[in-house]
Amino acid sequence: MQTGAFATSALHNAVNGHSGRQHTLSMLKTRVLAGITMSLALAFSLAACGAKADDDDEGGGSSAKSCVDTSGATVKVGFLNSLSGTMSISEKTVADSLNLAVSEINAAGGVMGKKLEVVQEDGASEPKIFAEKATKLIQSDCVAAVFGGWTSSSRKAMLPVFESNDSLLFYPVQYEGLESSPNIFYTGATTNQQIIPALDYLKGEGVKSIFLVGSDYVFPRTANKIINAYAKANGIEVKGEEYAPLGATEFSTIVNKVKSADADAVFNTLNGDSNVAFFKQYKNVGLTAAAMPVVSVSIAEEEVAGVGIDNLKGQLTAWNYYQTVNNPANTKFVKAFKAKYGNDRPTSDPMEAAYTSVYLYKGMVEKAGSFDVAKVQAAAGGVTFDAPEGKVTVNGENHHIAKTFLMGEVGADGLITTVWSSPAPIEPDPFLKSYPWAAGIGG
Amino acid sequence: MDTFTNQLVAGLSVGSVLLLVALGLSLTFGQLGVINMAHGEFIMAGAYTAYVVQQAISDPGASLLISIPIGFAVGGAMGLILEIALISRLYHRPLDTLLVTFGVSLILQQLARDLFGAPAKQVVAPEWLSGQTSLAGVDVPKARLFIFVLSITAVLAVSAVLKLTPLGRRIRATVQNRDLAETIGIPTRRIDRYTFFIGSGIAGVAGVGLTLLGSTGPTLGTSYIVDAFLVVVAGGIGQVKGTVIAAFGLGLLQATFEYSTTASIAKMLLLLVIVLFLQVRPQGLFTVRTRSLA
Repeated sequence: MQTGAFATSALHNAVNGHSGRQHTLSMLKTRVLAGITMSLALAFSLAACGAKADDDDEGGGSSAKSCVDTSGATVKVGFLNSLSGTMSISEKTVADSLNLAVSEINAAGGVMGKKLEVVQEDGASEPKIFAEKATKLIQSDCVAAVFGGWTSSSRKAMLPVFESNDSLLFYPVQYEGLESSPNIFYTGATTNQQIIPALDYLKGEGVKSIFLVGSDYVFPRTANKIINAYAKANGIEVKGEEYAPLGATEFSTIVNKVKSADADAVFNTLNGDSNVAFFKQYKNVGLTAAAMPVVSVSIAEEEVAGVGIDNLKGQLTAWNYYQTVNNPANTKFVKAFKAKYGNDRPTSDPMEAAYTSVYLYKGMVEKAGSFDVAKVQAAAGGVTFDAPEGKVTVNGENHHIAKTFLMGEVGADGLITTVWSSPAPIEPDPFLKSYPWAAGIGG
Repeated sequence: MDTFTNQLVAGLSVGSVLLLVALGLSLTFGQLGVINMAHGEFIMAGAYTAYVVQQAISDPGASLLISIPIGFAVGGAMGLILEIALISRLYHRPLDTLLVTFGVSLILQQLARDLFGAPAKQVVAPEWLSGQTSLAGVDVPKARLFIFVLSITAVLAVSAVLKLTPLGRRIRATVQNRDLAETIGIPTRRIDRYTFFIGSGIAGVAGVGLTLLGSTGPTLGTSYIVDAFLVVVAGGIGQVKGTVIAAFGLGLLQATFEYSTTASIAKMLLLLVIVLFLQVRPQGLFTVRTRSLA
């Protein structure tokens, strides 16, 4: 019976070839697996040979060992910013300040005597492309570190790439926190360096009730969760919480709700063009900065002109850097930036954080005495830089940096001036572990 | 009561924006049956016209008023070029028209990006349109009032042209029965062109008006095009009356839903209402009764 059954099934296979194909497939799988194992073994044996590993595995590609070549006079670093698509407005400015930092560092002799050579890639405003280009930068360009990314979705897409290839990413934008990877350095603010001190400021000003307005995606939702918990712990009433779809331009109802709620202040986490529509319609119904100030966390110098100075004058912003910050490092940064890119170009928080990230990398490499990822990671904690925003220090544990918080007010000239600053740089706490009221949010 | 009147005003102003963006489309899509995906970019062109005029004339009030006829001419001219160069070759091929005009819309967006830069431009609103005014005890934002008046004026102008002028009679004749219109000597191809010019011109006017509410950027048109099509489809093809009622109806619904839920949910509910409505009445609110066999 058994042989008979076997014969039938063999005949069956021969007739429609179905499981025959499956068979070939599984054979292929075995072969691929074998190939991967082989190339892994090869990689390990190469790793044993020395620090310098050549890019000689043809089919592999998934090799975990870096191919970074630090033996020559230059070392490659990758810049990964959206130069096309919707995010290009913002990310081009980051690419510009990254380039400024590299050209300054090279002019001053480079990093450990080696000039940095930039490989620029375009993330095209697509998280998937960010992941692909990151892989390319690490595996075929063999860069020592990558700088860039803006949206949280682009960072989330790149994170597994940097972890599996054991390479380094410097991410320069404020974000919603709740993340910490040994392979990423976060040089923008996390929530306890931007949102919480902004609330501290409002509380100090006697604000008893707030209204939350945001775009409908991860950052505003997470930020508002934190704000709600803070408000509950500090006796501030949240009078409303409204979300508009990304890119929304119709705010008449939301503005009506804000107006009738009559809160002491509005906390705004809207993104992009929605800000323009929101502020125009806010002003149209007769609301003013004096009567009900709006605190924004995503309007920097770059965006002020687009929203309109007359719509924003007197409103508040929460960042860690403004072009008007008064210290020698910033004077030098602003002057160099304008000399390179034009007098009409403002400098903003993410640009400054990007600029700072390159100098911090230089500091880490020089402290480690090596470009090797593990050594840089080990040396990172405590590295400082006199940045344009003030002195910053890398936290070796969570890879964020200690930054000073600055509450700003939009002036008649479109620039933002500091109205309040935290007394000292705030230690980063991405999971809000040091805030008892935030239990349950940090996860 | 206060909330009710406030939301009524909000609903009417949402409706007037919808009306302004959909009115031009109700001519080109409704009358001619051309699915013009680049209609949104004509709106964008109108907004940029307001910006360019304001650079030349610094007084915001004067520049806004001058921009309206110039915006009409710019939008209309772009529509005319598109009609002559591409769409006229693609009548009776709606799918191809859709794809071609979608391509044109992407080209126009990139063109705007190259000409004006990617960041949004700021068109300064005149002083007499900022703040609000009291109408029968209700506070109405002046900018909203201006847009309301602008869209009602545009509707009246279009209706007057369609009802009272020889051109309007020819347009209506062409819509109702193209073959018959041709046999009595109406140059239907040329009539198509006029219709397209007027419809696209109104998009330009809409763009000028929208600078009072939102930002002037390359993607301005994309945020309105879907809403515009929804209004025209719900209102019924080929009827200005339907477009007006659908625009205000949807505006009021949007304001009501948004007040009782959230903006995202309101958008979803609105789409649901339209889908259900079209199940019951696939032809929209009003239709043109024609004797043509098509």
